[in-house]
Amino acid sequence: MAHEHDVGFLESVAHQIRTLIIDTAHTAGAGHTGGSLSEVEILTALYFSFLNVDPECPDWNERDRFILSKGHASLGYYVTLALKGYFPTDNLKTFDREDSTLQAHPDMHKCKGVDYSTGSLGQGLSIGVGIALGGLKKNQQFKTVVLLGDGECQEGQVWEAAMFAGSKHIPKLIAIVDYNKVQLSNKVDENLSLEPFAIKWEAFGWNVLSADGHNIADLLSVLSRASALSARGPVVIIANTIKGKGVSFMEGKYEWHGKAPNDQEYTAAKKELGSK
Amino acid sequence: MELGEEIAQRTAFGQALVELGAEKPNMLVLDADVGPSTQTHLFGRAYPDRFIEVGIAEQNMVGIAAGLSTLGFVPWISTFAVFMTKRAGDQIRNSIAHPKANVKINGAYGGLPTGRAGATHSAIEDLAVMRAMPNMIIMDPADPREAAVCARLAMEIEGPVYLRTVRCPVPVIFPEHHKVEIGKAVKLHEGKDVAIISSGMMTPRALKAAEILEGQGVSARLLHMPTIKPIDIEAICDAAESIGAIVTVENHSIIGGLGGAVCEVVAEYAPCRVKRLGFPDVFLESGDDEVLFSRYSLDIAGIVSVAKALAEGGKKNK
Repeated sequence: MAHEHDVGFLESVAHQIRTLIIDTAHTAGAGHTGGSLSEVEILTALYFSFLNVDPECPDWNERDRFILSKGHASLGYYVTLALKGYFPTDNLKTFDREDSTLQAHPDMHKCKGVDYSTGSLGQGLSIGVGIALGGLKKNQQFKTVVLLGDGECQEGQVWEAAMFAGSKHIPKLIAIVDYNKVQLSNKVDENLSLEPFAIKWEAFGWNVLSADGHNIADLLSVLSRASALSARGPVVIIANTIKGKGVSFMEGKYEWHGKAPNDQEYTAAKKELGSK
Repeated sequence: MELGEEIAQRTAFGQALVELGAEKPNMLVLDADVGPSTQTHLFGRAYPDRFIEVGIAEQNMVGIAAGLSTLGFVPWISTFAVFMTKRAGDQIRNSIAHPKANVKINGAYGGLPTGRAGATHSAIEDLAVMRAMPNMIIMDPADPREAAVCARLAMEIEGPVYLRTVRCPVPVIFPEHHKVEIGKAVKLHEGKDVAIISSGMMTPRALKAAEILEGQGVSARLLHMPTIKPIDIEAICDAAESIGAIVTVENHSIIGGLGGAVCEVVAEYAPCRVKRLGFPDVFLESGDDEVLFSRYSLDIAGIVSVAKALAEGGKKNK
């Protein structure tokens, strides 16, 4: 199951993740629905195919590392970890509640499978660089994958980390940007444009690939190329996605950045997802 | 290192890192282009493979150290305290303190002595910022010897430690086998008329002040606090209850550092008069260290005069 390359199977996993995101957000009355829905196929491709991890041994020393730098999209992350087997899906009912292992932002000391605590934007890539550098120093073979939000790339620290990793040619480091074009308060382009985005990463010394972030087959193929390229230095995948993907009235809407569906919206969303 | 010898505390710290590096192969040092100033360049020369120059990018330095710590490395991050604790303050909070990363932080150029660099480079509030962060242990060593002892102690602790060092020469006051215990004051002088509580590079001059006061018929108890957090509540309460008048002396703002910590303890458990010596909520300026220190009574004469006034008149406010 860990290296299942059957795209049809992965698409069914992605659909299950999407449905559970809606269920969990609705139960909690909280969660970052839009950015969780945009990362679904990325997380599916990573956890159900690309990453060499073992939910039975979450601290396995040789495991690939994953950092959710856009920590607010924990909802999609937790659902993925649960389906992967790190903890029972029943735990999702406690999301964002008092004393839950599933804090609003991922806590490595509370939630199994979380490689580093995140939440304050802009910090995950530096942590990933440190992990990749540590792996290099210890001659370990694991890959480090960091998932960034697009709005997050407005933070200066992201570019400090990019400059460091690029100039030092840090290998086995893959950044993925969930480029859903919408941030909390507006479209990214209208708040502070990242463009020309690919050229920026290139100028910082990264190999740049792009992917359709909702197409599992494309993601798998791009991840495989990224993995090969990353032997010589860091690679970024700009994954074009849609915020709120899969629920028509959430798609592309900044209003769904940090909102959970009410009963009526929940019913409508489930109907759409169920019809697929 | 001889008693009374004046040695730059930063150099003692840099040399201590080199010694520790020989014993601990998993220790790394990261600096943000100020290694020759913080003296971590000594470690870099001794162990080039274990020294990481990150450039002038403090925030990234913190994150890299956090990541390295997950693989069993024990990274020291080092830059000027003023930038470390504010420029990278959010990174220290969220990437180190909250996840309890085993990262050691050198806040160099603590307080006023910055080589005449003035307001922008003087860390007057680093202890206040760090003290408010859960999971953080804070050390403010008195002399070159204690800086080395604290660096070693930091390596024995699992979790974040903030170790403040100063740029300027400080006299050695502690003997060779000096030990520091987390959360324990070091009593350097016994007395009954006034208690002086000091930390960092203020302690050697507070010790001189206590000796001078004795000659003037004022008996002062001097408590040195090598750790600002946790602070020695028991020693503070005992001073408050048995003496009833406290002067705090620190190379830091009177807000939120040693003076703030002592006032919090005293107000809650053993109310008494406290006079805080430090920077009175002002930005510093460039100039000669000692001329500037004397403006805030942070020279020996200033400490003597403030402690004496408190011993003679302060207790009537009780």
